[in-house]
Order: sequence, then structure tokens, then C-alpha cells
Amino acid sequence: MSATIHRDRLMDDISDVPVLAVNNLAVSYRNGNDVQRVVYDVSLRVKPGEVVAIVGESGSGKTTTAQAIIGLLAENGKLDAGVIRLNGTDIAAWSQRQLDTVRGCKISLIPQDPTGSLNPVKTIGEQVAEILQIHRYGSREAIDTRVIELLTRVGLSQPELRASQYPHELSGGMRQRVLIAIAVALRPALIIADEPTSALDVTVQRRILDLIDELRNEYGTAVLLVTHDLGVASDRANHVVVMKAGRIQEQGPTQQILTSPKSEYTRQLLADAPSLRKAKYHSRSRSRPEVDGDDVIVVDNLLQDFPLGGRRRESFRAVDGISFRVRRGSTHAIVGESGSGKTTTARSIVGFQKPTAGRILVDGTDITTLRGETLRQFRRRIQLVYQNPFGSLDPLQTVFHIIEEPLLNFDPLPREERARRVQHILDRVGLPQAVLTRKPHALSGGQRQRVAIARALILNPQVLVLDEAVSALDVTVQAQILGLLDELQRALGLTYLFISHDLAVVRQISDTVSVLHNGRQVDGGTVEEVFSRPVSSYTRELIDAIPGQLSPVHV
Amino acid sequence: MSRYLIKRIGQAIVVLWAAFTVSFVLLQALPGDAILIKFLNPELGLGPEQIADIRASYAADVSVPVQYFHTVANFLTGNFGYSIQAGVPVGDVLVANLPPTIWLAALGFMLAVVVAVGISALSVLTPFIWVRSLFRSLPSLFISTPVFWLGILLIQIFSFQLKLIPVINPGPWQALVLPVLTLAVPISAPLAQVLMRNIDHVLTEPFVAVARAKGASRRWVLWRHVAKNAVLPTLTIAGILFGELLAGAVVTEAVFGLNGIGGLTQRAVTNQDIAVLQAIVVFSAAAFVIINLVVDLLYPVFDPRLRSKGEVVA
Repeated sequence: MSATIHRDRLMDDISDVPVLAVNNLAVSYRNGNDVQRVVYDVSLRVKPGEVVAIVGESGSGKTTTAQAIIGLLAENGKLDAGVIRLNGTDIAAWSQRQLDTVRGCKISLIPQDPTGSLNPVKTIGEQVAEILQIHRYGSREAIDTRVIELLTRVGLSQPELRASQYPHELSGGMRQRVLIAIAVALRPALIIADEPTSALDVTVQRRILDLIDELRNEYGTAVLLVTHDLGVASDRANHVVVMKAGRIQEQGPTQQILTSPKSEYTRQLLADAPSLRKAKYHSRSRSRPEVDGDDVIVVDNLLQDFPLGGRRRESFRAVDGISFRVRRGSTHAIVGESGSGKTTTARSIVGFQKPTAGRILVDGTDITTLRGETLRQFRRRIQLVYQNPFGSLDPLQTVFHIIEEPLLNFDPLPREERARRVQHILDRVGLPQAVLTRKPHALSGGQRQRVAIARALILNPQVLVLDEAVSALDVTVQAQILGLLDELQRALGLTYLFISHDLAVVRQISDTVSVLHNGRQVDGGTVEEVFSRPVSSYTRELIDAIPGQLSPVHV
Repeated sequence: MSRYLIKRIGQAIVVLWAAFTVSFVLLQALPGDAILIKFLNPELGLGPEQIADIRASYAADVSVPVQYFHTVANFLTGNFGYSIQAGVPVGDVLVANLPPTIWLAALGFMLAVVVAVGISALSVLTPFIWVRSLFRSLPSLFISTPVFWLGILLIQIFSFQLKLIPVINPGPWQALVLPVLTLAVPISAPLAQVLMRNIDHVLTEPFVAVARAKGASRRWVLWRHVAKNAVLPTLTIAGILFGELLAGAVVTEAVFGLNGIGGLTQRAVTNQDIAVLQAIVVFSAAAFVIINLVVDLLYPVFDPRLRSKGEVVA
């Protein structure tokens, strides 16, 4: 009797052994003699078949933690302390040669960037077969059969054709499917998914996450999901680990983290995550009197063709008959996935390219007729803020010169007046005067984007075109920039044209919206109308794909 | 593809014409000429009228523009004129001097590639950091070594000290060993530098991490993923280095007393044998242009991304 009880308990113990148990992990990077600790005292466990999400902003140490677990730290990275148990065996002190025996078959990786993560000069088939060859899966024929099986399983059409193609011949979503096929090829106990969908469009993101879920259920594989997106984590994970500055802030079952967060930081993250929250700034549009009534931007049946080259003068229609109006002092969003024509539309409105047909009125001026000096003078009234705050600032200029430069291009102003304006606008965007002498590399991503906004505002434009202006920022910084934009709009009466792929953000800050799909406008109107009663099935699909909706709670 | 080829060949022809014209003008601008150098020798006892006759026989008495068009027309029909110094057609002189230089250049280049690949591979694969940095510093040393000094040093060591290679009447292969080595060292340096840089770069690519995550060893990754990607950009450098190779051959052949295009160039310059120089310039330019054209055409063979454009399946 007692023997059976004992055996039962033993069985329980065995099934309870976590796939992964990390205890007191510490990692540092060495640059010359400078040693910097980036992960402190991280402990977490992943049970069989479970999804554990590590959530944090850039620099939180979440990716370093994941790299340390799979033994792929950068060359200057060092595991200072800690135990990493994979199925009960401590692999923390293992040599690379030993790790090679478990990587790929016991523990595998789904990387972030599907474009760079496949070797451009090898076929898809070769790259899927490789993991089978390394772990001696079987004969050539057995491997070839298995490759086709896997490609079929991850939902690729024409798997034989795909196997013979090169990565550049596949779309981003298809490449990520190939990488998933590689990760599940040997049915590992644990998959580390490092921001697996961050580079993908929202509808593709949803399909890929569904696929990972499906395969996890089928194979009983556990997943350690590294993500910056609390919405994704709340939809997909059983357990959430929140990291900041290399330390775990708190961890627990997903529901508990979402409904009763203990740490201040988690509360902040939840408040800032656009996908977990409905309109915040948006409500003000109703409170604002709709008196003005005049339209600052009128786009009428815009057509934009690009020649494809070749002998037959073929062309590609990037924008196909788009029309919308933007009220003075309001925010209009143009939403779409990559290739929808949203950036092309923005470029036409700013006057960077001549539309093939159609009319664009900005403040009553038909800009399609402008050229030369009048076009240049027109640019004073409409300014652009770009997506990438790293690439859009000249690394050799100081912040002062970056912000001052637009002033030099128009009416000459005395030096003191220019300095006064720069200082004034810097205050407006909430930056300290001390940054004026710094160069962009000494600023954080959020500060850089503030500089870019200051540069756009120094000419007192009426319209600001924001091309994915917050997409590259962490949620907390993103929330701050959105807050700043809202404040500036109220104070200066600015009109925003907000280009974005992120519906959650759009819902928050826009008054009206146009949804673009393959160059056509499939939906349009006020945010409320479009989000609650979308006309097109595409818009509905986009809205459904916003992460954070499967979770039990909305904050 | 064929359009691209026609365009590239058209460009090559323009480059050749420009090389021909520039060298023609420069050679004409030189003071003195080969006829004076050869026939004004007092021992020959030729009078001014006789020299004028000789000039006429070489068609050197007509105006420069006319000479230019004559020479262009002759080059187009494969007639490179007469070497004044040797008194034979330039074509014959080239044919006689070409094979040694081709051997020297080809072997030198191959050795350079072997050395560059060796250095790069060792600089990545050796387990000890200090050995790696030793290999990493080799190209800087190689690139700053003067060819003539290296040649003399090698003769000193291998021929006079170790007596491995006879100085006088070495066999045809023995004669090539030291010149090839001399030529290969400075060519290998930039190749190795570019290759090492590319390897470093490719090693940071996400697909390398993915391959490691599959369980591939460092060596496996290096040969099966990094090598091909790192070699691709090196091809262009290899094509450009061909010019270096020709320049190096001139000095090397002079140091080792070989009869090749290098030696020929040196003698032609000394004697202002303009017809020969003109032919050498055009010949070198042609070789340079052809090799770089071949390199460009090879790219699509190695890199599938350059093969088909606009066929991305959504």
C-alpha cells in the first residue's frame, strides 16, 4: 500500500520536472576592460507544454536571457552565475560542443527577423534539411520526405516548389513559417521564440502565433516567448515574467499579472500598452467643438503609378483612387499593412512625387501643380516626422543644428532669433536645454523622436505627417510621445496625418481613418464608425488581429 | 540578361577607347622619341636627311591627329605597328613575352587566394585569441611590404643563403617559385582583409544564430553558411586587384630578370618605344576590363538574389 503511494508520488515528481528551470541567472558583457552586467538574478521555470512569456522593453535583458538559455550569447557575453536545467540537467556550464547535441533537437529557436534569419544563398529545402542532417535524422530520402512534410505542416502551399526556392522569393510570413518548420523539425521539448512576429504585419502575426499554438498542442512542446508586446503575451502565455533593466519585476499566471499587477512598472506597462486599452486621447475629439469645419487636406481620387522598367513600359499601381478629407486640428490616420500604399500616399501629399492622377489640396493649394520654388515654400506648411529616429537625424550634427536647419532654408533670421526659437521649441517637446550641444547618438530613441518632432515644428507648419513615427519605440516611450503629440495638437492647432500599421495606436489617437489594402481604400470614416462597423471584411480581419483581445481582461 | 550584356560590352569598349586615347596623348607629349634615341646615335653616322627618311618610313612625319586615326584604324584591324627598338611587329613582341607573364600572374593570383583564405580561416578558427590576432595583423604587414624589397630578400635567403634555388639557369618551374611568392604576398593582403571583414560581418547575421540553434558546430557554420556569403563581395576586390597584379608583375620581372610583359614594359619605357607601350596599355586595359566583366557576370551564378528580378511570390 505504502509502496504504491510512494511510486505515485515519484511519478508525480517526474511529470512535474519543468522542461526548463533557470535559477539565479546572471549575465554580463565585456567590452575591453569594461564589464557590464545586463541580467541579474533571473529565475523562471517552464513546464511541459506551457507558454511562458518574458515581457520587457528594449534593454530589459529579455533577449540576453533567452540567448543565455540556448547558449548563444554574443562572443563578449559571459554567464556569471546561475543554473539552467533542461529536463533536469544543468547545462549552464556545458561547452559549445556539448550544447550542439541538445540545440535543435531538445531546444530550438524561432528568431525575430524572418528576412535575415535564412541564408540568402541556400534553398529553403536545404535549410530545413540541415537540422535533420546535423542530428542524423536518416537517409537522404527520409530527410527529403520529412522536409516536404514539415513545409506542408506549417501551411506553405506548393511545398515542393518552396523547397527549391530561395528565401528572397518568399514573403516575410512564409519565411517565418519556414523558420517554424525548422524549429519543430525534431519535436523539441522547448522552443525559444524571440519576438517571433515583431517584424510582421498584424494579420500575419496572428496567423503565425496561431500556428505556433497549434504545433505546441500537437507536439506538447513548451514555448518561452520573448516579446515587447504585452498584448501578445496576454493572448498566448500561461505565465508572464516582466523584466526591466536586467531584473525580474514580477512573474505569475497571466491573468494575475493582468488583473492585479504588484509592481509599479507592470502597472505602467499595462497602462501604456495600446492594444490593451481603448481610446484614450480619442475621446477629446468629441469634447472639442466641431466648428472649424474647413478641410486642411483634401485628397481626391489619388492615383500613383510606378514604372516597372522593361520594354513594354509596364507600371505598378501603388495607390488606386484614394479620397479623403482632413478637418483642421484633427488627426487622420492612414492604416494598412506593408505594401498597402500608405507611405506612397504620404509622400504624394508632402509633394515628394507627382501623382499620376488626382488632386491634393493642402490648405486650399493644389500641390500637384506646384513646382520648383513654390513647392519648396509650400513645404514650410507641411512637415514630416519619419519612423526611424536613428536614421532620420544626421549623426554628425548637434541637436541644436538639427533643429535650427529648417530655419536656414527659409527667410533669413538673425542668429539670436534662431537660437531663441530652437530653445523655445525644445521646451515645447519636453527636452532639457542641455541636449542642444549633444549629438543624436547620445540620446535615447524617445529623445531622438522628440528632436525630430521639434525639427518639424520649428517652421510653424499647419500639418504634420507622421510616418510610423512611434512604431520603433517601446510602449512606455510610445505612450509619452503620443501624449506629447496630443498636447501639441491642442496647443498649436496642428493637423496630423498619422501613417501607421498599428490599429491599436490609431484607435487611440485618431479622429478619422482610411484603411488601405493593396492601394485601394477599403474603409473610411470616423474611428468609431470604422472600428465598430467596418464595411470591408479586410478591416474586420485587421481589427480582430490586434493582439490583447483573447485575454480575459481589458484594462 | 542579353540587354545587360550588350550594355556592359558597350561600356567596356568605351573604357578601352578612353585608355587608348589618353595613353596616346600622354605618349605623344613625351619629349624625344624612339627614332631619335635609336638612330641619332653618332656611331651610326646617319645624316639628318636619312633620319627624316626613316621617320617617313615609320609614318612618324605626319601630323599627330592623322597619326591618331592611323593608329586607331590599325589597332582595329589587329595591326599594332612596329617596335622601333626590335624592328619587328609589336604583335610578335607581345606574343613572345605574354606566356611568362600569364603564368606568373595566374600562379601569383592563385597563391594569393590560397594565402588569403588560409589567413582568414585561421583567424576565425584558431581557439587561442592571441593566435587569432596574430593572423589578423598579417595582412597589414603584407600590404606594407615593397615588392622589390621582398624579391631581393627572397633571393638573398633562398638562393644565396639556403641555396635552394639556383640563381643562374634555374629550371622553368624553379624560376617561377620566388617571383610567384613575391607577387602573391602583396595581392593576398587586401584579399585577406576584405575576406576577414566579410566573415566578421556574416558571423553577426541572424541566419548564423539560427544555424547554431539547429545544433551546427562553429566549423559547420563557417564552411556551409559563412564561406559563400563572405566570398561574394570579395569577388569585386579580386577583379580590381588584377590591376595591382599587372603593376606588381613589372617590378617582379625586373627584380628576377624575367622576360615578360613587365620586362618588356620596362625596356619600352627606357627606349620610348611608343608603339610597344601603346599596345601594352591597350592590352592591359582589355585584360582588366574583361576580367571585371567576367566577375560581374559570375555574380548571378553564385548569388541567387541576382538571378531573377521581380518574381517574388507574395
